Amino acid sequence: MPPLAQRNLFHDKVRLAVTLTGIIFAVVLIIVQIGLFIGFTATTSGIIDHAGADIWVGSKRVPYLEQATPFSERKLYQVLAIPGVAEAQKYIVRFSDWQRGDGRHEGILIVGFDLALRYGGPWNVVAGRMMDLKQPDAVMIDTLYAAKLGVARPGQTFEIQGRRARVVGFTEGIRAFTTTPYVFTTFKNALGYTQLREDQTLYILVKAKPGAGLQALKRRIAERVPGVDVFTAAEFSHLTRSYWMFSTGAGIAVLLAAVLGLVVGIVVVAQTIYATTVDHLREYGTLKAIGAPNAFVYRVILKQALISACIGYVAGMIVSLFVVHGSQKGGASILLPWPLGVGMFGLTLLMCIIAAVVSINKATRLDPAMVFKE
Amino acid sequence: MKAAIAVRNLTKIYSEGPVSVKALSNVNLDVQGGEVTLLMGPSGSGKTTLISIMGCILRPTSGSVCIRGRLVSDCGEKELPRVRLDHIGFIFQGFNLFSTLTAGENVELTLDLKNIRGQAAKRRAEELLTQVGLNEKYHTFPADLSGGQKQRVAIARALAGEPDVILADEPTAALDSTSGRAVIEMLRTLAREQGRAVVIVTHDIRILPFADRLVHIEDGAIKEDTATLHEITRLQPSPPLRERVSREAGRVRGGVHPAAFEAALRHSR
Repeated sequence: MPPLAQRNLFHDKVRLAVTLTGIIFAVVLIIVQIGLFIGFTATTSGIIDHAGADIWVGSKRVPYLEQATPFSERKLYQVLAIPGVAEAQKYIVRFSDWQRGDGRHEGILIVGFDLALRYGGPWNVVAGRMMDLKQPDAVMIDTLYAAKLGVARPGQTFEIQGRRARVVGFTEGIRAFTTTPYVFTTFKNALGYTQLREDQTLYILVKAKPGAGLQALKRRIAERVPGVDVFTAAEFSHLTRSYWMFSTGAGIAVLLAAVLGLVVGIVVVAQTIYATTVDHLREYGTLKAIGAPNAFVYRVILKQALISACIGYVAGMIVSLFVVHGSQKGGASILLPWPLGVGMFGLTLLMCIIAAVVSINKATRLDPAMVFKE
Repeated sequence: MKAAIAVRNLTKIYSEGPVSVKALSNVNLDVQGGEVTLLMGPSGSGKTTLISIMGCILRPTSGSVCIRGRLVSDCGEKELPRVRLDHIGFIFQGFNLFSTLTAGENVELTLDLKNIRGQAAKRRAEELLTQVGLNEKYHTFPADLSGGQKQRVAIARALAGEPDVILADEPTAALDSTSGRAVIEMLRTLAREQGRAVVIVTHDIRILPFADRLVHIEDGAIKEDTATLHEITRLQPSPPLRERVSREAGRVRGGVHPAAFEAALRHSR
C-alpha cells in the first residue's frame, strides 16, 4: 500500500510541527501536573516512607505525622517485650524554631532518631557523614533549604529554641510539604530542641522480626500497649497523605490542577488530530469514492494518529524529563515514576485514537457529493 | 446487449427536517459500453446527484441502478465500495489526486484496493501512466504536474480499477483548451477502443463534437436525450442541419450561443 498515512503526516512540515507541538504540550502538561501531585503526595509522607520502620506507634488519635503528642518512654520497653518485635526506637518529629546568623527566625521540623540503629535517619546525605551527628549539637539539613536557614557551609552554628546547633552535613532532595525544613539530629538532641522531657517521646518506630506478620504484630502491640495508636508504615503514610492532600485543601488544588491538565491535554490532542484529519477530508472522500471500504479509511486515519502519538510521546517525555530534572533543584518536586511514564504512553495512544475516531466519524459521514465539488 | 449502466425510474429527494427537495424525478437512462454521453444542464439541475447515484456513492429514494445487468442500487453499505472499485472509475473537476503521493503511487493506491501490490502494482501503474502519456512522471508529485497532466493521472487511476463505466465530472473545467481537448480525446479513445461507457458532466461546449449523445437535464428530469451530435458533425452538416445542431446546443441552459457552437465545430475538425 502506498504510504498515504506517513506521507499525509510528513509531507506538510508545518502541519506536522503543529500536530506534534499539540501532543508534546499535552504530554508535558499532563506529566507535570500529575507528577506534581505525586511529588506533593510523596513529600507529605517522605519521612515515614524513608524511615524504614515496619510499625509506627503514636499518641492516641494522632491525625498525621507532624501532629503527635508526647507519651511516656516506658511504652518503648513494653513494645520491645512483645514477641515479633526485632528492635524499636524512640522518635521525634516536631515543629521548632531556628534562629539564623542574622537573627531572623524560621520554623523547622526537628527529626530526632536513634543513631545507634540503622533506620529512621536522613537519606541522600551529600555532605558530611551520618556518624558526624554523634557530635554534640550536631544537625543535618537539606541543601534545598540551606539558603532559607542561612547556612552557607558545614560547620556553621545556629540556635534552635535557644540551644546551639552545628550543621555537620547536608542531605539532598528531602522536601517538606509545608516548606518547613526538616532538621535531622539525634533523639537526645531533639529532646532539647523540642522542649520534650527526657522521659517522653512522640513516636516509637518498630522493626519486625522476619516472618512476623505486620497486621498480627500491630494487633499485639495495640492490645498490650495502652493509650497509643498503632499503624503499619503504609497505613501511617496513607493517613498523613490523606490529611495533607484532602483535609487541608492543598492537595485538592493540586489534584484539580492535575485533572485540569489531563482535560486540557486531551482537548489539545483531540483538536490537533481532528484538525489533521479534517485537513485531508477531501482525500478520504475521494478514497471512498474510488472504492476504498471504510476499514481502509480507518486504517489510514488511525495510522496517522498512532504515528503522531508515538513521536509526540517520545518528544514529550524528553521535554518532561528535563522539566522533572529541573524541578529537583526547586521547592516543588515533580515525580515521574515509571508507571506514570508507561501510563502516559497508553494515555497518549488513547487520546489520539479517540480523537481519530471522532474525526473518522466525520470522514465516514461525508457528503458523497463533496468529491464532485471544486 | 445489456447496457453498461441502466437507470430506471430514479427519484432522489433530499430531506432536512420539514424541508424536502426533489433533486431527481423519475429519471431513466441507459448508457452503452463504447459510448460517450454528455450530461448537461444548469447548476442545481440534478446532474451531480445523478452521477453520484450512478457511481453508487449516493442512494436513490426510489428507482434502480444496474451495472452490466447487476442491480447495484440495492447493495448493502459493505458491498458498495467493491461495486465502485470493480465497475466505476471517477474523474473529478479538481482532479482529487492525493497530493502527498507521486503520480505512480496515486495509481498504485487503486491497484492496492484491488489487492494488486508490490512489483505487479508498480508495473501496472507504469503501463497505465504510459497509456495516458505520462510514463516519465511516475515519481512526480501532483504539485509539479500541469492541470492536463494531473487529469491524465486521474484517468490512469480511474482505469486501474478496470471499470465498465467512467464518470467524469467537469473534467475539462480546470484545463486550457489544448489540455481539455487531449483529455476528452483520451476519454473518447477509452470508450471506442476499450468499450467502456463514459459519462461526462459538463458545461463545456467544446466537448460537444466528441460526444455520441447529449442528455440535457433540468429540474431533476431529463428534458432531452439527443442522438449523436458527434455523428452530425462528422456528416459535415449542410447549413440547415448546422442550424439544427446550433439549436440543439442552444437548448443547453447557460446559453450556448450558436456562434460558439460553430467555433466548436471548427475546433473538432
